[in-house]
Parts: sequence; C-alpha cells; structure tokens
Amino acid sequence: MIKEKGTYRPKTRCSRFLNHRLPFPRLIHDSIIKYYVPKNLNYFYTFGCILILMLTSQILTGIVMAMHYVPDVGSAFESREHFMRSGRYGWLFGPWHAVGSSFFFIAVYIHLARSLYYGSHKSPREIVWILGVFIYLTMMATAFIGHVLAWSMISAAEVSIAAGLFRAMPLVGSWLYETLLGGYSIGQPTLNRFYVVHSLLPFVLVFLIVLHIWAVHMVGQNNPTGLDVQSERETIPFVPYAAIKYVFTISIFLIFFAWFLFYMPDYMSHADHHIQADIFRTPQHVVPEWYFLPFYTMLRAITFDVGPLESTLFGVMVLTGSLLILLFVPWLDRSQVRSARFRPLYRICYWLFIVDVIFLGWLGSQSVNDVDVIWSQIGTAFYFIFFLIIMPYLPRFEKNWLPASIEEVIHQKK
Amino acid sequence: MINIIVYFTGMGLSIFWGTGFTKAEVSIHYPLVRPQQQKWSFSGPFGVYDRAQLQRGLKVYTEICATCHSLKFVAFHNLRALNYDEQEIKSFSNQFAIKDGPNEEGNIFTRPANPTDHFPAPFANDIQAAFANNGAIPSDLSLIARARAVPRPFPNCLTDILKNYTTAGADYIHALLTGYETTLSLEQKISAGKWYNPFFISGESIAMAPPLYDGRIVYDDGSPQTRDQYARDIAAFLTWTADPHMETRKKYGLRVIIFLTLYTGLIFFVKRRIWADYDKGHRS
Repeated sequence: MIKEKGTYRPKTRCSRFLNHRLPFPRLIHDSIIKYYVPKNLNYFYTFGCILILMLTSQILTGIVMAMHYVPDVGSAFESREHFMRSGRYGWLFGPWHAVGSSFFFIAVYIHLARSLYYGSHKSPREIVWILGVFIYLTMMATAFIGHVLAWSMISAAEVSIAAGLFRAMPLVGSWLYETLLGGYSIGQPTLNRFYVVHSLLPFVLVFLIVLHIWAVHMVGQNNPTGLDVQSERETIPFVPYAAIKYVFTISIFLIFFAWFLFYMPDYMSHADHHIQADIFRTPQHVVPEWYFLPFYTMLRAITFDVGPLESTLFGVMVLTGSLLILLFVPWLDRSQVRSARFRPLYRICYWLFIVDVIFLGWLGSQSVNDVDVIWSQIGTAFYFIFFLIIMPYLPRFEKNWLPASIEEVIHQKK
Repeated sequence: MINIIVYFTGMGLSIFWGTGFTKAEVSIHYPLVRPQQQKWSFSGPFGVYDRAQLQRGLKVYTEICATCHSLKFVAFHNLRALNYDEQEIKSFSNQFAIKDGPNEEGNIFTRPANPTDHFPAPFANDIQAAFANNGAIPSDLSLIARARAVPRPFPNCLTDILKNYTTAGADYIHALLTGYETTLSLEQKISAGKWYNPFFISGESIAMAPPLYDGRIVYDDGSPQTRDQYARDIAAFLTWTADPHMETRKKYGLRVIIFLTLYTGLIFFVKRRIWADYDKGHRS
C-alpha cells in the first residue's frame, strides 16, 4: 500500500477508487486546497491566476476562430471578416480573441513588474523566473504570429519587417529569412506555416506554465516583504483566504476587459488592421501592437554602425539582448534583500525603469520624424543600465534595514 | 545665476550629445487638419443606429459612391437591419446586375441580384478601377469607417477610454466629404486630376472629386438636402457596414458589466466575511 501523506482523505467510493489508481483529486487537494501561502500576499499576487484565465480564454476563443479561418492569402482576411459578420457569435469571438490578447499582455506586464519589485526572481526562485521569461517570449511569438494571421495591411508590413530582422543576422540570416517566410518573400507558404505555429505555440505555453507552477509550488510563493516564511503562523491555506482575493481581482479585471471588448474593441489595435493585406502596398506608418512598442523603439534607436557591426545588425542585437537579458536577472541582481520595500535606492531606480519602459513604448508609437532619435537612445541606454549596472552594483551602496519576520511586519502595520 | 547654470549645463549637454539636439526636419502630418468630433446617434455606450439615417445613407451610397466604390462584405439581406422588409430588399437587389455562371451551356451570364448576393463591385478588377480613376483604386467601403480612424494624440487618447470615443471613423468621413477646398493659395501646388483636401488621411490631395453638393440627392423624408447632411448620413451608413453588430455588442456589454459589478460587490463582502473569521480565530 502506498503511504498516505498530506491531509487528503478520500470520502466517496469513487474518490477512493481513483486515489489508488490515478490520485488526481489528491493532487488538486494538495496543490490548491491545502496549499499554504504567506498570509501577507497583496492583490498584485493574483495576476498569475488571471493569466491562467486569459490563456484559457485565448485557447477557447482561438479554437473557434481557427474553425472559421482559411489560411489562404486570397481569403484569410475575408474568412475572418465573414465569421465576424455572419457566424454565430462571430461578433463576440473575433474581438474577444483580439482584445483578449491585449489583456493577456496587460496581466503579464503587471505580473512581471510585481516579480521585479518584490524580488521574486531571486534565490530560490530562479527557475520560476526563467520559466516565466520563456512563457513571456512564447507569448510574444504567439501574439505576433496571430496578428499576422488576420492578413491585414499592417500584418503584412509587420511580418516583412520582422523577417528583415532575421535576415540581418550574419551567416544564417538568409536561411532563417527564407525558412520563416517559406520563400523569398511573404506569400502563401508564410501564412500556412504561421497558422500551424500559431495553433501549436499555445500548447507549448500550457507546458511551460505547468512547469512554472510546479516550480512555484516547490519553493513556495514569495511575499511583499521578500522574507522567507519562518513559521506556520505566517501562512494561510490557499482556499478560501487567498482564493477569495483571487476571485475578487479577477472580477475587477474582467470589468475592464468587458469595457474594451464590448464598447471599444478597436481601441488597442491599429486602424490599418481593417484593410486587407496587399503585398504591393505598405502603410505609411508601421506600428506594432502596443505590447511590442518598447522593444521596437530599442530597435529603431540604433541608427549608427558600431565598429564592424552595421546598424541593422546591431539594432537586432540590442532588441534580442533586451529580451534575453531578462533570463540573467536572477544573477544580475546581487542584493541580499529581496523586496524593494526595504531597498529605498532600488525602489527609486525601479520606478525610473518602469517610467523608462512606458516612455520607450510611447516613443515607439510615434513616427520616426516626430521625435528625436536621441530620446530613444537615452531610453534604451537606461534600460540596459538598469540591468547591467544598477542591479549588480547598487547593493554595494545600500544600507538596508530588514525586519526579522513577516509576523513583525504585520504587527507593525496594525 | 540660475540662468548661467542652465546655460552652461545646456551647452555641456549639447556638446556631449553632439548633433543629437538638432531638431529633426519638421515632418508634415496627415491629415493636415484633424476631424472635428461630431454628434452621432451611435456614439457612447448606449448609442444606437438611427434607421432613417441609415436608409438615407444607403441612398447616398447607391446613387453616388457605388459608381466607383465596392461594398463587398455587405449582402443585400443584411439590409434587414435597416428596417426594410423582404419584398423591399428583393426589389432593391433586383436593380443590380450580378455576373454568374457557368450555366448549363458553360457560359457566364448576367442576372439580377438576389437578396443573398453581396453588393456587386463597380469595376471588374483593380486595373480597370485604376484606369478609370486616374491611377487611384477606389477603396472598398465595407470597413472604411474602422480603417480610417485618425489616431488621437496624447492625452486625448487616454480620455477617449473614459469618454468611450469610438466614432473617429465617422468623424473622418464627414470631415473628408465636407472638407474640399476649392480656393487655393498660390503656394499650394496640386497635381492635375487631384483635389486639395486638408482632411485626407494620406496626403494633401485626393484623387476623388468632391462627390457631394447641396441638392444632389432627393430625400423623401424631408431631411435637409445639404452636403453636410449627405456626409453625415453616408458616414452613419458606413459605420453600420463596418460594425453591423454594434448594437448587439453594446446590449450584451451592458448585461455583462452589470453582472460583473454586482458579482464583484458580492465577492467583496464574502471576502470581508472570510477574513473577519480568520482574524477572530487568530487574535490570540
């Protein structure tokens, strides 16, 4: 007989039967119901759950959209439009999938910013963070490719720009370019492979998210104080105490989502998205979706050659670097203290960083002629300074006071 | 003193950044003039289409726009939403000729359109369209109201969220159609066959000749037969063609938001109750 650990006691015949064969109810019980979390978690800790909800919503609406989609350059745009006009609840599913992707990113940015603030990337949660970065990168790829599937004027322009970036890479560039597009230029093979990849990546996401959650359950959740949990008194069972907070935040988040979905579904996308793709015409002003804008600015900031590196290649390196640098954050941050709550200097730098990213995003939405490139260069420089200089070297100048335990912080508040 | 510091800091910075601070050449933005926000029956969270206005807009489309512009995503039976009955739609669609075939003999033939057909395109293909229109291809109008929303600069783009400003496309169409200027100053050079229009989204001149003027279309419902009224009606009609399910969407939206608000309120009290019990149990 398998030794029974934990507090799960099967009550019904059915659950006793399952318990000895496939202990799925036990898994749910141990990892959700009797899962102990620090009792001082605030509302920013609920975004992980919102992200799972958004992924589920994207997958479900995506399946419906895929059923009505024709991956053919001649009819892709029309098939989508036809479904949204004449399909059953097409008017709902189309905007739901599109606005949903924006809200998925809103949630992921809040989730990321929260981790960076409370030091959730630091030991022992490095793997959690790295898996999170991989999830974020996969999300970006999925969103980008999905946006192309609409086969609007802006998607055709975006994919040619993105493919051009791959071509700028030395040695493998032209091979990558042709593999990505399935030919020498955008065409039917591009759309076909993008369709397949867009249907595949969400399941990669599910896999990565399972690992991410597994890793979180292994090391336990961080909390706003960044201190380790020292006693059982500092924890609460997930159900009902933390769960009710999750449900509360989810329903507030959904109100915002519903406002955009039902009342302004076009707000977060570009007007050119309603023009059918024509590979012989390009829009005047190509802007990627809002969630790519900071990175787009960093790409555009590089207008000069660096030694033997041409500006395009260097721009691609900066763009790639700006994303891959996130993978090294657990080791770049050398502070002994996790939470920014007890790091006044880091807190200032952190907010400057957030402002910088928003500023970079705003710059990305402007046309190149309107704002001086120097601002993008300053913004880009600060982005890298934050990770490469502030994170590793700021701790040397910090004198941090740290409370002894989570309990002490809670008592002080009272 | 402060002036001197600012002056030297500025000099230092400009040396540091080299040519960085030389202003980029002044770029021209299109449209040259931003459309004014108009009053529409369909604006705001409770806005609905004015059926009579849509019917007038359809008249403007069929009598004027349809000469050059297609409306490919709209089928005749969709006009049910404009309060036309089946008989009216049938006789309306019969005025249009549709290419069909092949028939039993293998020939392509022309027949009157059925309610299930979509509005036929005025030109056989893009090349013919461009040839007939001085090189410019008239856009399909089905989605034009959503495809021509002029982006609004900061901070309007943020207040638009609260104001639920979603009629940028209709404002643009109205502004463009009433915005032709015939008296040009000497500096303005417009190439032959183009028309100066400061509201045009992608240049200062447009290939479309001013399509509307007072009294061009006869309305039978007593509405003013002015250019301004025609422009409003066609803008409303094209907003409907671009977003035919807007009213359903808003109706569902209201229910969803009311439900979620009540639900959030309930959850808030449940949460307080649960945590009150916890605090009571752990007050030791």
